[in-house]
Amino acid sequence: MGKAIIASFKWLGFGFLDPLVKLFQGVEPKKNGGLLLKKVIIPILSVLIFLAVCNFFSQYLYNVERERKIENTRATQGEEAALTMQECIDSGDLSCKPNSLPSPGDVWHAAQTLIADHRLISADKEAFKEKTAAINAQREKQGLEAIRYTGRPSFVDQIFTSLETVFAGFLLAAFLAIPAGIVLGLSETLRSSLNWVIQIFKPVSPVVWLLLVSMVVKTILASADMDKSFVISFISVGLCSMWATLVNTSVGVSSVDKDYLNVSRVLRLGVMSNVFKVILPSSVPLIFTGLRITLSVAWMVLIAIELLAQSPGLGSFVWEEFQNGANDSNAKIIVAMFVIGGIGFALDRIMMLVQKAVSFESKA
Amino acid sequence: MAAFLELRNVSKSYGQGAHRVDVLKNINLTIEEGEFIAIVGFTGSGKTTLISLIAGLIQPDEGEIWLKGKKITAPGPDRGVVFQNYSLLPWLSVSGNVDMAVKQVFPKMNKTEREEHVARYISMVNLTPALHKKPTELSGGMRQRVSVARALAMDPEILLLDEPLSALDALTRGSLQIEIERIWRESKKTILLITNDVDEGILLADRVIPLTPGPKATLGTEFPIGFKRPRDKAAINADPNFKKERNGINNYLMEIGKHRSATNNRKYDLPYVDPILPPLKSLI
Repeated sequence: MGKAIIASFKWLGFGFLDPLVKLFQGVEPKKNGGLLLKKVIIPILSVLIFLAVCNFFSQYLYNVERERKIENTRATQGEEAALTMQECIDSGDLSCKPNSLPSPGDVWHAAQTLIADHRLISADKEAFKEKTAAINAQREKQGLEAIRYTGRPSFVDQIFTSLETVFAGFLLAAFLAIPAGIVLGLSETLRSSLNWVIQIFKPVSPVVWLLLVSMVVKTILASADMDKSFVISFISVGLCSMWATLVNTSVGVSSVDKDYLNVSRVLRLGVMSNVFKVILPSSVPLIFTGLRITLSVAWMVLIAIELLAQSPGLGSFVWEEFQNGANDSNAKIIVAMFVIGGIGFALDRIMMLVQKAVSFESKA
Repeated sequence: MAAFLELRNVSKSYGQGAHRVDVLKNINLTIEEGEFIAIVGFTGSGKTTLISLIAGLIQPDEGEIWLKGKKITAPGPDRGVVFQNYSLLPWLSVSGNVDMAVKQVFPKMNKTEREEHVARYISMVNLTPALHKKPTELSGGMRQRVSVARALAMDPEILLLDEPLSALDALTRGSLQIEIERIWRESKKTILLITNDVDEGILLADRVIPLTPGPKATLGTEFPIGFKRPRDKAAINADPNFKKERNGINNYLMEIGKHRSATNNRKYDLPYVDPILPPLKSLI
C-alpha cells in the first residue's frame, strides 16, 4: 500500500512527499523527519519568507507613493487640500489610494474579486441562455445564426481562451516540426543546407513573428469570416515555439545508435520500416524532450503575443488591466502572473509525465 | 564444388593519404558448410572489420567474398550477426526483438506460425521465462542469448559471432560457451566466431585461425582442433592435448606479436615546443 502510494507520488513528480508517507508508516523516523524538514518544511518556510519580504517592500513603496501624493497636493492645491488628502488616504478610501506595488493581501483580495466576477458573469450567461433559448430555436429553424452572448469574458474564460490558443499553437508546432525534423535528420545534405536558416529563425522574437504572420494572414484571410486575431496568435505561437522540437527531432533521428542501424541493415528493412521501426522509436525520448520545451516556450510567448494581437486571453487581460488603471488593477495583474506561472508549471509536469510514459529505459 | 564461404585476397583500409591505415591485407579464408571456425587475435587487430566485411556492412577495397556461390555486396539475413554489444532494440521485448527479425525474413508466415517460430528459438537459448521482458531488465548474458536467438531465428546460412562473450563475466561466459556449442550441434549451422580468448576458440571450434596483429593484419597458420563432440569443458581442460594446443597457439600469437613490436618503425614526432619566455622589459 505505502509502496504504491510512494511510487505513484514519484511518478507524478511529487517525490518530495515520500518522507511524509514514510513518517506516517513509522519507517526510519529520524532519517525521514530530516528529509521532510529539508524537502517540505524549509521550502514552505521560504515561501512564507518570500511573502513577508514582498509585504514589507510593497509597504515601503506604498509609503513613498503616499508621501509623494500628499506633497504633490500641497504644492498644487495648498496645505488644506494636502491634509484632506492625507486623511482620505489613511481612511483607506479607494478613491484616493496611492497606486503602487500591491501587497500579498491586496493580491489575495483581487483573486477573490476575480472569482466572484467570474461567478457573476457565468450566472449572467446562464440567464442569457435561458432568455434566448426560445428565440434561438426559432432562428435555427429559419436558418439564421443564433444570438450569442457578447458580454465581457471573465478571468476564468480568459484562461481557457489562452489554453486553447496555446494548444492550437502547440499542435501546429508539432505537426510542422516533427515531420520536418525527421526529414532533416535523415538527410545530412538537407540538414547542413538549412542549418543557417534555422539558426537565424530560432532566436527571432515572438513580436517579430507576430508581425510577420499578421502580414501573411491579413492577405490570405482578408475576406474569410473568422477570428483573425486568434489565427494570427496561434500561428505565431506555433512558429515561435517549434524550433526546439525541430532541432531535437533532427538530432534524435540523425544520432540513432549505429548498432540499431546495423540491425536494420542486416535485416534489410525498407526505408519506411527502417524509419518507423528503428529510427523513430529510438528518437522518441529526444522528440518528447523537444515537445516539452516547445510547450513551455509556447506558453511563455503566448502572453506577449496575445497582448499585441488583441486576441482574447490572459495576455490581453493583463494589458487591459494595465491600461485600465483602476485601484485594484495592479493586484489583478499579479494574480494573472501567478496563474500564468502555475499553468506553465502544470503544463510542463503533464508533458513530463507523457515523456516518461513513452520513453524506454536507456540503451540495452 | 565451390566452398561454402570464401574470402579471396580481401583488403580493407580506412582513411586516405598520410592517415591511411591498412587494417586488413590479403585475407584468404575458406569455410566448409557446417564448420565451426574461430578467429583469434589481439584487440585492435581488425577482427570486427573482418566480420563487418563478411556481414556486408562495409565493402572491401580489394578482393571478393563469396557465400554459396554468390558474391557478397550488401548485408542480408542469410548471414546472422551477433554483435559484441548485443544491439537489441530497447523499446521492444525479448519476443518483440526476435519477432521483428522473423517478420522481415519470413513475410509469408501468419501470426501463429510466427509466434511458434519465435518461441522455438527463444526456448533454444533457454529464455522462455523472459519472453515478455525488456532488454534493460535482463543481465548481459541473457541479452546476448536474445541476440543469438534473433540471429538464429532468421535461419541464416552462417552465423557470425563478433566477440559475443567478451563483455560478460567469466562464469556466464563459461556457461554460454557450452550453450553455443550445443546450439551449433542442434542447428547444424556454420559458425564463424571471432574472439580474443584462445581457450574459447579451442573449446568450441573445429579450426582456430589466428589473425596477425594489425595494421595490415592477415590470417596466420591455422590450428585444427580435434577434440570429440559434444565437448565438455572439464574434460578438455584435463586433456594434455589442450595444453599443447593452447601453448602452440599462444606461442604463435606471442611470436607474431613480438614481430609487430620489433618492426614498428612508425616515427613518433614530438611536438615542437617553443619555450614561452617572459617579454623582455625594455628599460626606457
